[in-house]
Amino acid sequence: MSTSTETTFRLPAPILALKNIVLFLLKSPTSAFGLAVLTLLVLVAAFAPLIATHEPYAQDLALTLQAPGNGHLFGTDELGRDIFSRLVWGARITLTIIFLVSIVVGPIGLIIGTTAGYLGGKVDTVMMRITDIFLSFPSLILSLAFVAALGPSLNNAIVAIALTSWPPIARLARAEAMTFRKADYISAARLQGASPARIIFKSIMPMCLPSVLIRLTLNMATVILTAAGLGFLGLGAQPPLPEWGAMIATGRRYMLDSWWLVTFPGISILTVSLAFNLLGDGLRDALDPKQMNRR
Amino acid sequence: MSHRRIRFYGAAGQIGTIAVTLLGLLLLTFFIGRLMPADPVRAIIGEDATRETYEQVYRSLGLDRPLWEQFFYYLRDVFTGNFGTSIRTGQPVIQDILHVMPATIELATFAILIGAGLGVPLGVFAAVNKDRWPDHVVRVFSLFGHSMPIFWTGMIALIVFYAHFGLVGGSGRMDQFYIGLVDERTGFLLIDSLIAGEMDVFWSAVNHIILPATLLGYSSSAYITRMTRSFMLDQLGQEYVTTARVKGLSRNQTIWQHAFINIRVQLVTIIALAYGSLLEGAVLIETVFAWPGFGQYLTNNLITGDMNAVMTCVLIVGVIFIGLNLLSDVLYRIFDPRTR
Amino acid sequence: MEKPILELENLRIRYGGASSEAVRGVSFTLGRERLGIVGESGSGKSTVGRALLRLLPGATITADTLRFGEQDLLTLSEKEMLKVRGRRMSMILQDPKFSLNPIRRVGDQVAETYLRHFKCSKAESRDKALIMLEAVKIRDPKRVYDQYPHEISGGMGQRVMIAMMLLADPDLVIADEPTSALDVTVRLQVLNILDGLVRDRGIGLIMISHDLNLVRNFCDRVLIMYAGRVVETLAARDLDKAEHPYTRGLLAAQPRIGGGRAPLAVLDRQPEWLEEKA
Repeated sequence: MSTSTETTFRLPAPILALKNIVLFLLKSPTSAFGLAVLTLLVLVAAFAPLIATHEPYAQDLALTLQAPGNGHLFGTDELGRDIFSRLVWGARITLTIIFLVSIVVGPIGLIIGTTAGYLGGKVDTVMMRITDIFLSFPSLILSLAFVAALGPSLNNAIVAIALTSWPPIARLARAEAMTFRKADYISAARLQGASPARIIFKSIMPMCLPSVLIRLTLNMATVILTAAGLGFLGLGAQPPLPEWGAMIATGRRYMLDSWWLVTFPGISILTVSLAFNLLGDGLRDALDPKQMNRR
Repeated sequence: MSHRRIRFYGAAGQIGTIAVTLLGLLLLTFFIGRLMPADPVRAIIGEDATRETYEQVYRSLGLDRPLWEQFFYYLRDVFTGNFGTSIRTGQPVIQDILHVMPATIELATFAILIGAGLGVPLGVFAAVNKDRWPDHVVRVFSLFGHSMPIFWTGMIALIVFYAHFGLVGGSGRMDQFYIGLVDERTGFLLIDSLIAGEMDVFWSAVNHIILPATLLGYSSSAYITRMTRSFMLDQLGQEYVTTARVKGLSRNQTIWQHAFINIRVQLVTIIALAYGSLLEGAVLIETVFAWPGFGQYLTNNLITGDMNAVMTCVLIVGVIFIGLNLLSDVLYRIFDPRTR
Repeated sequence: MEKPILELENLRIRYGGASSEAVRGVSFTLGRERLGIVGESGSGKSTVGRALLRLLPGATITADTLRFGEQDLLTLSEKEMLKVRGRRMSMILQDPKFSLNPIRRVGDQVAETYLRHFKCSKAESRDKALIMLEAVKIRDPKRVYDQYPHEISGGMGQRVMIAMMLLADPDLVIADEPTSALDVTVRLQVLNILDGLVRDRGIGLIMISHDLNLVRNFCDRVLIMYAGRVVETLAARDLDKAEHPYTRGLLAAQPRIGGGRAPLAVLDRQPEWLEEKA
């Protein structure tokens, strides 16, 4: 603060914090692995047209069910499409699902949770009772029900997953909001005449954001598995979309003779969801101050 | 999964809470069933029926009434045990479900035994070796189980252990030629075959259940391991553990006779919850293994658009979940002397 | 003088990963007497107690001599240590709220000590535990035996703790702040019970405390620790004649009933205390 020359070279606080977190994560081999895989996933999705060796939808009926090799890194499927290229394009679908679910679930959970937590009383009771009702289903089964009613498609699968994964976020945001509610600066804002809505949006939500973001990361592995499960059951992405779960579903018919049809999409799902889990695990450690000091 | 736990606030509010949650469940299933784009009339009469037939069925389903009235009828039906008839099988839905349930319960029970048998010792082992290499190995092992798409692992396991090595039975609950050999008394094949004294059928059934149950168990063990580890860490940090050591108990005696005993109640409750979420995995694994259980029944109805049957299935899963939550709460109260 | 129970010379303890030693060269011998170890929190007094029982996971313990009776505590195997702990040397912990297992009956926890060290039936150990509970002046031992820790008071809990630790008739008992978690009203009562039993049975006692007055009344000899070292050793009755400025500072910082109303003295720490030889 005292010298201006020092501050000019400083990065803004959030970026600095992010840098520290990333550095911490890289220290542990498991979360470094998670981070590396996810970086790779983003790169692959971004440069899919450059990385893919073939058109993902180009059929070649003369070369169906080719084993890996011969210009097809992971072989070809029952319509002669290149599996490697389809996986590469599928990365985009996976990222889209995660992104859309997160931007729906994050705000919904945050708004419901902070409102309930800050206002308390009857509002809290009613909102939490609704949350509990959603919580009383296993998420996959509730998503199944929604998709069944909405009709099977990738978009509906995303809606269904979003509808079922906000309750844990809301619970978390509520718990956080309740701890901040009694803070002095909130009282100060109230004394200045700020409306509840203003306090919730301007003071409470920013405080709850970090833990909600971690929780969203932890959630992503589940989102990926649920989406793949829906795709596998034929209720998510529809053929010919190169969604990994749907690829496994079609490959299932040929799995005894052509193992590569199901093996590679499965490994992709496993790797990405494992990466998210490892990263989430590392993040939990990174942001837990007790853990930080001990290392 | 750890957050999929309803909290019941005190014994007095418990009945009220359950009633409200149940009502909410019914509202949810009702609205998903009635208000979504899928047309229940079309599902019954098909796409090319006449307009008159459509109108007739529309009225007979009560769809011309106001919504609240429809919901009232729905409630009445549910409480009188009338869940309607499945369009696909032509049987009352509830009868169908009761018929397929034992297969799923058998699978889930086998799976939870494996899951708990794996998860609890691993969790204790990881806690005792906190931050040393066994802890890291256990952590990666259990995260792996948590990360695998179970439907895919099921297929790979079928290819490897059944098709390639022939170590276990393939799809279904038993080998084809045994089907129909044993009378259905309980619906649990392992029990029925023992009652009938058909040891061949029994071993065939064991051969068939072992693979899907192991996979389900492994995936649920991830959660059990993680929770066991954190419960144990809580206990091992307590002063009474030192007391036990001062008395002259060995490390192992202290771990098992003091710390572990204190987490038994918590363990039972999370195992009950894990049992509930096995139903979720069962939907996928039953499809892969052609297991004639609840999960397969549900997915078949989903594919044919039999919404009535689907919503009944969803409702039943919800009720089972509430029941397990309640059970875990009750167990807590019974077994923890501090809450008595 | 009779053969000492405990002899230690130049005891040094370093916690795993720590940059400096928590205990730096402590030496003393103990006969069948009551020794007080006094110091502030962090002075290493509790660490010494736990090191004697070898209950410091991850810490490195070294000493020129660490002799307990006929045995060298440094070279005993863990298996041999199991026969020492509870049977020949035991420790009374600070707060019965935490040091008793919350979901086991207190009587069973007492009896466990006996079961662990003597070949006997459950019923026998129960009888022994009941006799011991009576010895710590619990009025209705049979009823208390079947109670859970949360059902009994702190003073009662600490008496149960004493019963548990004296049941196998050890040669040495370490009491680590045995009364600081208790109500002031029951402190004396509990200490008198402990004191009586220790004298009757001729048990060596190490009382670890930060309370000078308490140690003065219940011990024969007092060791003053500061920053992992013993700065002074005195007979309890000579405490007022202490020479070390740290001890004098501690004494001056004690409030006294009927004393002057001037503010109490504040310890003026000197850096050379850290290095001074005892």
